Amino acid sequence: MYDYGTGILDWKTAGLPVEGTNAQVPRLVDVVRRDVPTCSLGERLGDVRDRVAAAGWDACVVVSPGRVVLGLLRARELQADPQQLVDQVMRPGPSTYRPFVPVAELRGIMSDRNLESSPVTTSDGRLVGLVRRQDVGLGTIDP
Amino acid sequence: MVRVIDRDEVRRLMEQGAQIVDVLPAREYGEDHLPGAVNLPLRKIEAEALRVLDPSRPVVVYCADPG
Repeated sequence: MYDYGTGILDWKTAGLPVEGTNAQVPRLVDVVRRDVPTCSLGERLGDVRDRVAAAGWDACVVVSPGRVVLGLLRARELQADPQQLVDQVMRPGPSTYRPFVPVAELRGIMSDRNLESSPVTTSDGRLVGLVRRQDVGLGTIDP
Repeated sequence: MVRVIDRDEVRRLMEQGAQIVDVLPAREYGEDHLPGAVNLPLRKIEAEALRVLDPSRPVVVYCADPG
């Protein structure tokens, strides 16, 4: 006999599939972009910007060696002085969301707060990916 | 003797054909549960386990969270 001590919450936080009526509800795990570029503290912004652009993105997540989310570089931050370091420019400690959160819930949050993107993480803060406005059915933000 | 295991070990046991038992109330089980899990709410588990479960296969029980 085995006891899965951390339970179904742990399972869902990891973005693993479940069965049941809630399984039909679109969740962030279904739309999250796992290929979002990442960078580390101490990197030169210009180097990161070049890498992000080459990957076809306009955002980058700052992570620790263990992929814990430390900050976010959105389009505005990426356009700062390229000689600066990531640490000096990033938006530290962004709000993060779990993979099992319904898409509709994050859509409401991103609309209310005019967010361009939101990181999705496990319960211990490790990056799963990034959700952009278009991934939750929102248009671009009016300038 | 019950051994506490993590998610990776649950997945490994599932691949090996373990029986997964959700001890939460039926309503919560209906909303979501691990793939292939059967529902044996705690208040029924003693009465129903022998009838529902195969004693020759490993059993993994779980609830909502550690709390």
